[in-house]
Amino acid sequence: MDTHPPRVAADLPSPLPRPEGEEARLAAVWRKPRGIAWITEINNNQIGPLFVGTALLFFLAAGVLGLIIRAQLAWPGLQLVDPATYNQVFTMHGTVMMFLFAVPAVEAVAITLLPSMLGARELPFPRLGAYAYLIYLFGGTAFYSSLFFGAAPDGGWFMYPPLTSKENSPGINTDMYLLGIGFIEISAIAGAIELTVGILRCRAPGMTLGRMPIFAWGMLVFAAMVLFAFPAVVVASTLLELERAFNWPFFLPERGGDPLLWQHLFWFFGHPEVYVIFLPAAGMVSMMVPAMARTPLVAHSLVVMALVGTAFLSFGLWVHHMYTTGIPALSLAFFAAAGFAVSIPSGLQVFAWIATFAAAPRRIRFDTPTLFVLGFLFIFVLGGLTGVMVSVTPFDWQAHDTYFIVAHLHYVLIGGMVFPLLGALYYWAPSIGRPLSERLGKWGFWLLFLGTNLTFFPMHMSGFAGMPRRIYTYPAGFGLEIWNALSSAGAAIAAAGAAVVLLDVVKNFRLGPGQSSPWNSGTLEWVATGNYGPRSIPRVRDRYPLWTEPGLAKEVEAGGHYLPFTATGRREALITSPAEAIPQYVAVLPGPGWGHVVAAAGTAAFFLCLAGELLVEAAFAFALALSGFIAWHWGGSDPGPLSPREVDIGDGIVVPTHATGAVSTGAWAMVCLMLVQGTAFACLLGSYLFLWLVNGDAQGGNTMWPPPGQGLPVAGFGLAALGLYAAGAASLWAAAWLLSARSPWLHRIALALAALLFLAGAAADGWALWQGGVRPTLHSYGASSWALFAWQGVHVAIALLMAGYTLARSFAGKLDAGRRQAMDVTRLFWTYTAGQGAIGLALLHAFPRVLA
Amino acid sequence: MIRLAWALPAVLLAGCSGVQTPLEPWGVQAGLIAGLTWLLFGGGAAIFALVLGLLAFALLAPARLRRVMGSRRFVLLGGVVFPAVTLAALLAHSMGISRALVLPEEEAPLRIEVIGRQYWWEVRYPDAGDGAVTANEIHLPVGREVELLLSSGDVIHSLWLPNLHGKMDMIPGRVNRMRLRAERTGTMRGQCTEFCGLQHALMAFWAVVQEPAEFEAWLARQQAPVPAPATEEQARGMRVYGEAGCGACHAVRGTEWQGRLGPDLSRIGSRLSLGAGLHEVHRATLAGWIAGTQDLKPGNSMPAFGRALAGEDLLALAAWLESLR
Repeated sequence: MDTHPPRVAADLPSPLPRPEGEEARLAAVWRKPRGIAWITEINNNQIGPLFVGTALLFFLAAGVLGLIIRAQLAWPGLQLVDPATYNQVFTMHGTVMMFLFAVPAVEAVAITLLPSMLGARELPFPRLGAYAYLIYLFGGTAFYSSLFFGAAPDGGWFMYPPLTSKENSPGINTDMYLLGIGFIEISAIAGAIELTVGILRCRAPGMTLGRMPIFAWGMLVFAAMVLFAFPAVVVASTLLELERAFNWPFFLPERGGDPLLWQHLFWFFGHPEVYVIFLPAAGMVSMMVPAMARTPLVAHSLVVMALVGTAFLSFGLWVHHMYTTGIPALSLAFFAAAGFAVSIPSGLQVFAWIATFAAAPRRIRFDTPTLFVLGFLFIFVLGGLTGVMVSVTPFDWQAHDTYFIVAHLHYVLIGGMVFPLLGALYYWAPSIGRPLSERLGKWGFWLLFLGTNLTFFPMHMSGFAGMPRRIYTYPAGFGLEIWNALSSAGAAIAAAGAAVVLLDVVKNFRLGPGQSSPWNSGTLEWVATGNYGPRSIPRVRDRYPLWTEPGLAKEVEAGGHYLPFTATGRREALITSPAEAIPQYVAVLPGPGWGHVVAAAGTAAFFLCLAGELLVEAAFAFALALSGFIAWHWGGSDPGPLSPREVDIGDGIVVPTHATGAVSTGAWAMVCLMLVQGTAFACLLGSYLFLWLVNGDAQGGNTMWPPPGQGLPVAGFGLAALGLYAAGAASLWAAAWLLSARSPWLHRIALALAALLFLAGAAADGWALWQGGVRPTLHSYGASSWALFAWQGVHVAIALLMAGYTLARSFAGKLDAGRRQAMDVTRLFWTYTAGQGAIGLALLHAFPRVLA
Repeated sequence: MIRLAWALPAVLLAGCSGVQTPLEPWGVQAGLIAGLTWLLFGGGAAIFALVLGLLAFALLAPARLRRVMGSRRFVLLGGVVFPAVTLAALLAHSMGISRALVLPEEEAPLRIEVIGRQYWWEVRYPDAGDGAVTANEIHLPVGREVELLLSSGDVIHSLWLPNLHGKMDMIPGRVNRMRLRAERTGTMRGQCTEFCGLQHALMAFWAVVQEPAEFEAWLARQQAPVPAPATEEQARGMRVYGEAGCGACHAVRGTEWQGRLGPDLSRIGSRLSLGAGLHEVHRATLAGWIAGTQDLKPGNSMPAFGRALAGEDLLALAAWLESLR
């Protein structure tokens, strides 16, 4: 840890004292709207805490379902709820905990804390963050309410077909899941894009990646994993919904489908999901432990490597959930080895925390956050050890789908996520408002700790006494009674603990300006902030800036660091380079508005109407959402170069107030979105190839691809489509280039031409399939071919929409050589769409021909 | 709540702990896995104690002692070297056991087909003459290698007979194979472990390990036609069976009734359970099941005949079925 001599005022980036009225102007720009308009506010310091609170409410709501389960199973033969309700209850317990609590909760904490932790005023896309929150709020509430109408999903949170196929589950319940979850994932992905770009581009000057707090690392890894893992479940849900709604067979073996395709896709998402939840929580622990020990985290860089390494390894683990599906034992050995390997980075972090405690200069005080961290270590280590056990293939053949797994997963998730989160609640509450009560906190901790262990430890026993998961009752006389009675008693104690914490929050917590850290923490989130974030953007020279520069907080609060004013008279963020955090430009941020509120309401209504098969209403909702999106972008995005063109942010650093091209955050977000789409597309390609493999005969031939009665797509139309896509993309590049031309009609004509070419390309693409006799409902060959085309078709439709929007901006005078964000982003998307189309055409046309 | 309270304990109280657990192996495969299990439990407990001991030491020991642990070297040793060595050894050991579990011992094991259905088990012996069929009950000879051929008639199920082996899924469109060998005679219980719908909880079966001669006798009996009714009541019951249309779903060997939608009833009277592990089999439970199947196990595929059949007919039918031994 390098230290610096105390600095004199003259060394500050901005001279002190600051001019009269500067702070007032800054505050005026960031002022929150009053009255009903408060819901239009998008500032992270409002959205973040709302987000956290909503996630905690869903935690309680899902916890109540857990209590119903424990009440039913307290004794053999009880039937407090009937089997149909029980199956909805356990399905919703898992689904709500995973999708409506765990993932949103860590995103919520990040949106709340990251800006101040990184020394930023805001994340780069506050409106996207607000939109993500609102669709989660609307959609999640509607989804949970389905329980009250008996319409909740009842096939388990993993929704295996063919139990969930139309024939076996004809009701709306399954559609609620497929559409509800599919769209809540949009919220998670939107949040992940916001966080990725925010963490890489909004750090305070001097906060290099090496100096970045571990929680930010955890969230960066989290966001990257969401971008690569969540598309798989979106694709899986879409395929199953296509099968249910349009009779396209993907999972039905009698028509060439395979139920295991679902399992591969689902767990390719589902296993990383566990680490998606755990890594941010581990990051929180890595922030709290140094503060408690009052010494820097030992082996900081190893911990960072552990986070990144876990992310990579976690994508090789999905088959852990499929050990009993009959996959050959030799292949399973590979996955067992991967399972062992992933325990090493987790173990490394545990030892880093122990080492940090050991390095404490003074004795550790057992405050509430410390207790939660220690409780986390106890529970998580136990869950980690049973995790190694279930990686051992033969052991898992016995343990799989028994209560041993229920014990394991709750130890890992409650230990690995809930305890750190509650510790974080107590630790960071003073940084965003009034602190919580130590006395209630300790009561809450002990009740939760004892209750959790009493609930879940006996489940190891009941599992090995022969109790399978997901049963609404069990017989007496097999030695299961005592373990289940203990578990149910434990659940009651844990519920009391949760109630105490809730009481504490309701009674004591109030949002406010925050105060300095009671633990004398060393990181930037403890600098006092206003609506505008920090008064000035700190210059960072260390991992624990508040420890090495004790005067820093005061300097920042006095406005002595970067950008202590608003340069353009609007909300702004300082954008820095991704690795070294060198200032690049001042980005103008959007302010409050109705656009994203309308878009969120429309999106939620759209998916709900689809689930209820209300197609006309769904179309209206879609139009509403679309108008919200367009309104939001039309007025709020890309204001173009503003006055002044450049600004001195302090230290003599002059940066522009407008950016276009690769340096702009908009381009970065588009690249993130393309990663998501590329992953989803890869899942579709993989599904096509998997189904081909399944349909090969014993000699590895391909007599069923295409199956009898179906043909190959017509090559001539395929080649035409290829050419049209390429020409369309080229025409759009020309349009972008022609923005600098004298007449605006040149780029307008090029845009219109590009749209026509893409439309013709998509038509030829689909016509090739139809003319070739490829039919979606007869066999998985046709279904997977049409799924690839449908995906491409949706992209072409979006591409056309974007081109139309760009054209409209051109006519409205909001597009020129300097103000070109719409054109640049559209060009990126078009390039991607053309490339995706080419790959899809190559697979559909060339692959079966090469086989023959 | 009352409904099941009387239904469940009937046959199940007769069971005892130890007949559905991996920790009391009755066969080779379960024995290998149980050995591994105890190794994992012991090793896990030791490592858990060690880590928590180190944590306690780091928190409570005098500063000059605990400072030794506050280093990068400690993190590398405890967090990388130690787990890497331990896990490498475990991987080698567990792969040896996996190999032993999947390598076949015999060229021609006894083959048994088990087909999972919502919510019961169809069991077939393809090697036995013109085939033998039973339901919710697997008989197997002691000491002989058996290959289970596992498939499904509707959704995914999973067969778990923990005293003999781990579980294996039954997936539509596939046939999974599992080899096992029982080493002691007796009766144990198995259950479906893949959530398969409304009555997943009530999908169990009994497995009976017999001396070879006893097993062969049982198998021969399954292949024989059922005996003619011995009493007037049984004869009436057999008539009712035909008139009520039972034969459309349930086969009875040696009769015109060859339905395959529900369990084969040829030897229903000698089976250990009714409704996939739910009740003992005798005249009263049979009559109760036929009359009120949707109250006993709501959502199963069999309609209730309580209104369709007169009381006398119901009792006669139950008497005939009970006689099918």
